[in-house]
Amino acid sequence: MATYQNIFTQVQLRGEPEAGIALPPGSEPRIGKGSFSYLIGLIGNAQLGPIYLGWTGVFALIFGFFAIEIIGLNMLASVNWDPIQFVRMLPWLSLEPPAPKYGFTPFVPLAEGGWWIMAGFCLTTSILLWWVRTYTRARALGMGTHVAWAFASAIWLYLTLGFIRPLFMGSWSEAVPFGIFPHLDWTAAFSIRYGNLFYNPFHAFSIAFLYGSTLLFAMHGATILAVGRYGGEREIEQITDRGTASERAALFWRWTMGFNATMESIHRWAWWFAVLTTLTGGIGILLTGTVVDNWYLWAQQHGYAALYPDTGVIDPATLGSSAQ
Amino acid sequence: MKRTIAIAALATAALTLTGCELGPKQSVQNGHRGTGMDTVTLKKVALAKDEVPAPPYDPPSTEGPRAGAAYQNVQVLGDVSEEQFTYTMAAITAWVAPEQGCNYCHNPENMASDEVYTKVVARKMLQMTRNINTNWDKHVGTTGVTCWTCHRGNAIPANYWALPEPGKKGIIGNLHGQNAPIAATAYSSLPNASLAIYLSGDAKSDKSIRVVSDGMHPTAANKLTTMETEPQYALMMHLSQSLGVNCTYCHNAQAFKPWNISTPQRATAWYGLRMVRDVNGQYISPLKDAFPAHRKGPMGDPFKVSCATCHQGKAKPMGGYKMAKDYPALWGAPTSIPAAVPAAPAVPAAAAVSTATH
Repeated sequence: MATYQNIFTQVQLRGEPEAGIALPPGSEPRIGKGSFSYLIGLIGNAQLGPIYLGWTGVFALIFGFFAIEIIGLNMLASVNWDPIQFVRMLPWLSLEPPAPKYGFTPFVPLAEGGWWIMAGFCLTTSILLWWVRTYTRARALGMGTHVAWAFASAIWLYLTLGFIRPLFMGSWSEAVPFGIFPHLDWTAAFSIRYGNLFYNPFHAFSIAFLYGSTLLFAMHGATILAVGRYGGEREIEQITDRGTASERAALFWRWTMGFNATMESIHRWAWWFAVLTTLTGGIGILLTGTVVDNWYLWAQQHGYAALYPDTGVIDPATLGSSAQ
Repeated sequence: MKRTIAIAALATAALTLTGCELGPKQSVQNGHRGTGMDTVTLKKVALAKDEVPAPPYDPPSTEGPRAGAAYQNVQVLGDVSEEQFTYTMAAITAWVAPEQGCNYCHNPENMASDEVYTKVVARKMLQMTRNINTNWDKHVGTTGVTCWTCHRGNAIPANYWALPEPGKKGIIGNLHGQNAPIAATAYSSLPNASLAIYLSGDAKSDKSIRVVSDGMHPTAANKLTTMETEPQYALMMHLSQSLGVNCTYCHNAQAFKPWNISTPQRATAWYGLRMVRDVNGQYISPLKDAFPAHRKGPMGDPFKVSCATCHQGKAKPMGGYKMAKDYPALWGAPTSIPAAVPAAPAVPAAAAVSTATH
């Protein structure tokens, strides 16, 4: 049974499903009695359920279903309800926001962006309800609300792209379409229009935190797996003892790079890096077009863009030959 | 289990490799080091020889009597020698209508007659060719163009476009003029009809291609939205696809807008875009009434040119081969009037069409 104690154990326990602690007064009942799945057990806990939905969970699912349904049916309609074309063309299909002529009015004909507003409204409602759920569930378990606030940071970026910035710009047409390639083409067009997002410092921060997150995730995940043979995942039990997995993990980094996080601080590192990725990203998006219209020029002004040798090429439009 | 993994790994590897081009490449640096300004081409594409037809026979003398005096109704080539005239006609036949021959444009009973519409079109195209070779040297240099540059043995050049049908109402079967992969937009989900937005040649409807602001902060001077930037992005993809090059052939990707870090090719392309507008606006669109319905797009406008019409995947059409040098008749004044028809006005459009109806 030695492998059972490792985080990636291949031994799966079967028995009465774990019911968990009693819920506080006023809670809804949990749904289901719990079951086991071998496949789920390969990547996590083999027990499925019971689940706590509550009214926020129920409405989050309903609004989420509406959003996906509006987006999916619009895409299906765009290929004449042809399921084969829907699958074949799916990466290209989209639900576009209203055109520039509609500004930021909520009253847009459904076929010309109204469906996009509806889908956005339903998706936002669903996400916000799910956020409430992450908050109240954490409270019900007597936990801190770190997950909810990290999720809120992601919601900030989402809302900035789809609602807050379009509001400030006074145009839905600044928002991101729903669609796989269309949202990527939007990203590139956005960068082209605003003079290269690469020179937006908050974009740079966001990337640094994003890449930093992956680095921290790799370092932490690798460290804990590496001390799994000493029961490294049971870090709290070991934190004060000598020769434990916990101490070895700490010593590894102190000897490798002189400094080590603690079992507590490494999770704050991870949390802040993840939260700052979307927090700074949202700030960068919000400043684009509202405060800064050409990030390359902004970066030149602030000594932040590399200066390459002048190629001597002159804008032909300034040579008086534009009539030609 | 191991077997499943092995099969899955093999399948993944096979799928991944289908996205790779294994052929040897040729890489040319065309910008400052560290800027990623390289043009990478497949060797078999870079070194491929373009098919260029030889002159029909040794180029004849440019001396002697003028074609305008020797033949009836020669409105464009009237200023070349008679020998050059027949030589050019033979070449044009091989370039444009090798199967159908002279009769593709001419009534064999009366070669001077304008009754076959293709003759009216051909006249306009000769004026266009002379206009390009004489006035657009900033794009075509001393290489110039011939009919072959676009036609390549086809009566209709392989790459053309026409104005799109107006957008549908409702959502059923409505892709909003985008989200359908075509080569012109590099198989992206960008708008498909960007050429109609920028290159129709109608000065009233053609939009400015520039999207980036001149100043750091937002001003009323540039209210263009991200959505309106997408057709411009699509147009740039069209250029890239047509020339078989990437963005950095012209631009330093640090910033697409500034000219002083761009390559000289960008200025050539700038003139090229104006040349396309000139061709479509002054030479193709005025032929609207001359063309029959099956030679027009869904909106009843003649098939227009784009970068792809000449370039056909090459940064320089036919690898830059100087073909037009053998055809002096294609280099004259675009609006020359033969002595025989002194009344024919120089302004081409109306003139060509009205002669057709006579």
